[in-house]
Amino acid sequence: MKALMQWIDERFPLSSVVREHITEYYAPKNFNFWYFFGSLATLVLVLQIVTGILLAMNYKPDADLAFASVEYIMRDVWGGWFVRYMHSTGASMFFVVIYLHMFRALMYGSYRSPRELIWIIGMVIYLAMMVSAFLGYLLPWGQMSYWGAQVIVNLFETLPIIGGPLSEWIRGDYVISDITLNRFYALHYLVPFILAGLVFLHLVALHKTGSNNPDGIEIKKGPKGNRWSDSAPKDGIPFHPYYTVKDLLGAVVFMAIFLAIVFFMPEMFGFFIEKPNFEPANPLKTPEHIAPVWYFTPYYAILRAIPSFAGTQVWGVLAMFISIALFFVLPWLDRSPVRSVRYKGPTTRLALGLFVITFLVLGWLGIQPPTTSLTIMSQFFTLLYMLFFLLFPCFSSAGQPLPLFAKGLLAISIFSVLATIVYWWFLWSGGPTFTQKISYTALTVLVLYLLGIKPLIKPELTKTVPERLTK
Amino acid sequence: MKYRSLLLIVVFLMPVSLQAASGYDVKLDHYEYSDKDKNSLQSGARLFVNYCLSCHSAHFMRYNRMARDLGIPEQVVRDNMIFDDRKVADPMTTTFSTEDGEEWFGIAPPDLSLIGKLRDPDWLYTFLRSFYKDDSTVSGWNNSVFPNVAMPHAMWTKQGIQKPIYTTSVNDAGYETKKITGFELVRDGTMTQEEFDHAMEDLTNFLYYMAEPNRQDRIQWGVWTMFFLLVFAVVAWFLKKEFWRDVH
Amino acid sequence: MTDEDVEMTEENVNTKRRLLTIATTGFGLAGAAGLAVPFAGSLLPSERAKAAGAPIEVDISKLEPGQQVTVEWRGKPVWIIQRTPEALELLQGMADRLIDPDSNSNQQPEYAQNPTRSIRQDILVLVGICTHLGCSPQYHPEIGSVTFDEDWRGGFLCVCHGSKFDLAGRVYAGVPAPNNLEVPPHRYLDDNRILIGLDQEAS
Repeated sequence: MKALMQWIDERFPLSSVVREHITEYYAPKNFNFWYFFGSLATLVLVLQIVTGILLAMNYKPDADLAFASVEYIMRDVWGGWFVRYMHSTGASMFFVVIYLHMFRALMYGSYRSPRELIWIIGMVIYLAMMVSAFLGYLLPWGQMSYWGAQVIVNLFETLPIIGGPLSEWIRGDYVISDITLNRFYALHYLVPFILAGLVFLHLVALHKTGSNNPDGIEIKKGPKGNRWSDSAPKDGIPFHPYYTVKDLLGAVVFMAIFLAIVFFMPEMFGFFIEKPNFEPANPLKTPEHIAPVWYFTPYYAILRAIPSFAGTQVWGVLAMFISIALFFVLPWLDRSPVRSVRYKGPTTRLALGLFVITFLVLGWLGIQPPTTSLTIMSQFFTLLYMLFFLLFPCFSSAGQPLPLFAKGLLAISIFSVLATIVYWWFLWSGGPTFTQKISYTALTVLVLYLLGIKPLIKPELTKTVPERLTK
Repeated sequence: MKYRSLLLIVVFLMPVSLQAASGYDVKLDHYEYSDKDKNSLQSGARLFVNYCLSCHSAHFMRYNRMARDLGIPEQVVRDNMIFDDRKVADPMTTTFSTEDGEEWFGIAPPDLSLIGKLRDPDWLYTFLRSFYKDDSTVSGWNNSVFPNVAMPHAMWTKQGIQKPIYTTSVNDAGYETKKITGFELVRDGTMTQEEFDHAMEDLTNFLYYMAEPNRQDRIQWGVWTMFFLLVFAVVAWFLKKEFWRDVH
Repeated sequence: MTDEDVEMTEENVNTKRRLLTIATTGFGLAGAAGLAVPFAGSLLPSERAKAAGAPIEVDISKLEPGQQVTVEWRGKPVWIIQRTPEALELLQGMADRLIDPDSNSNQQPEYAQNPTRSIRQDILVLVGICTHLGCSPQYHPEIGSVTFDEDWRGGFLCVCHGSKFDLAGRVYAGVPAPNNLEVPPHRYLDDNRILIGLDQEAS
């Protein structure tokens, strides 16, 4: 055994890689519940790739055969239903895990210097996941698959000049068709491997800077020396065995939840597999009610919230892309002297809480049929979503003077709020009731004041960050 | 400060909760559907093969699968449920072609393999019992759950002929609306109403079963898996606890 | 400190850790195996494949002596041959040239483990797949000297690697094929109809 290791090590740095990244990789000792989701996301990715390859062995990417081949997997292939439900549940659980993982980063400032690249690679992973999920959703070739893809690809049509040719280029046809299905299948098979590559980069970057932690303290800058090594950070513990056994426990509990869904409610009341998808795609008949799968609904709500003006509906599409793009610049919007929410002021906590609520409410709104009272609500929450990012430099400034770009963002915020209010009161014919107008106007102004103006008038101080990790 | 943010959160959520109540208003009859009662499934299967399968297919369901799950001997299926030269391992297709369907009913009768997933069992149960005579339609039949359905009442000899009872109400805007609120039997069928309801429960159970024949297997696997993972989690927890004693 | 802490000598800790690690590893492997069963199982022949392998009925009323018909069962060729009385007679003197003249290896249902390897003496039912590497041998009913054998008594030649079988599907000694050709499960529905794929009912 030892000789074999030596033989390998002379040719490939196996022992040193294992030491550097596993047995002697020192992670902060105070990881809490929120730190399970990184390893769980990797687990789900692996499961998705394995089940996906197995499904590909029986699936047929052909408009005439696709729907039947899925039912063939569900009924005729031994254990096929299990593989398929693992894959469909896995898609949703991937997003559950990633959303929690992203929330953790938001809370503890894991996106901040020097970890901006980890965050940006992570956001690219998130985008690739969305692409993969969207491509994969067409494959069962049910009604929801078909019309969902139809609507989403048509989004590109709203872009000026290039819109029409672009959407035709994506579909390879004038409507979603067999041709589209075939290429979506090819790409759906490809993207997960790109994802795996991105995950690798994410980890490489992580191991360069070291992990953040709930206190947001750099353990590398703290005192040295622990029971395993004299030169390692005092507050660090070796990843193996401490975090491997902990993540294993997390993985077992997670698999119990995951498989409980697979075995007892694989359709998750229509959230993971939607009812209209039990009917084969019919290009001549749209289902009564179409909505994207739950993980896209916040963005779908934003898309629908923006009314068309100047003769185009491109604004909603733009808003949707901006809402995702804003995540990328977050590391430069946070100006707080401290990293973790634990030591930030109450306004930052309020803003974070509001953002979570906003995301959830938008998600709910995205599956509702659009009525006037829901539309004004979507507009309000869309505004709130944007304000969270635009006002971040203000409420995280903690008394520091605002740089020019932050002033600019504040000006944009004030302008957006005013424009929205003007739209509600004067431009929206047949719009919301007086009560709705007055209450949403008041709420909007309140948010602008609390997150943008008040932190500047009466700066909040952050708490003192301790030297060493807390329990 | 803490309470103020909490209050604010409540204020933000208010419009959401106010909105939550709305819906659609055909009242569906409920019964306790299940795919476990073999007797019920067998009699549902009989009705399905005799009344539905002449026009509708069940492409994704094989005769032998049904025989195995429902505890019907294959010979019985071969003798009583297959009326042509199809084999017992074949899917339950119909000899009725799509073109025939379009010509007769204006629309091809849909495949029913997955109808129990596409529609709720309550919807199916109510639909099957809500056909009524309507001379204004092409088929001469109509349905209160699925207005202007192309399908005629296949089992009218069993149920008899129903006539709808309308209730007129005036809504807030002052418009009169007429709604079907019940039925009256104008000609008796071969079954009493109770027998017919019962038969439709059986048929609905069968459709529910057919939409996912693996459902009971799935739940069975699930129970064992949960049991295994529970024990695994306990062991993993002790292991974690043991190692983490080093960390102070 | 408490008693418990006192007892925690290094040795106790190590034993406990080792046991728990073994137990967890065991559970982990069992879980992985459990997951692998349906994953690997999904590659087994599906219900559709089995349906394609359903028993098939063959009408032999028009079969002439010496004639071969080939039908497809489970995607494989199945031969039905009516042997002539001379051919049946020649089968008896073959023993010394064959590997397994008495059909001891499990290549036929019990009801076909007899000198003619068939239910009805004259009718031979065989899966036409060479037991060497799966080619389909050719039927050579001619008797006498042929290009591949000086003393040919009728049978089958696999052109892929030269394996030879007699008219009961028994393999010659000294050829690559290790086993007799397989007799599929079959039964007679009546004198003129054979059902291939279903065993004869025990009488």
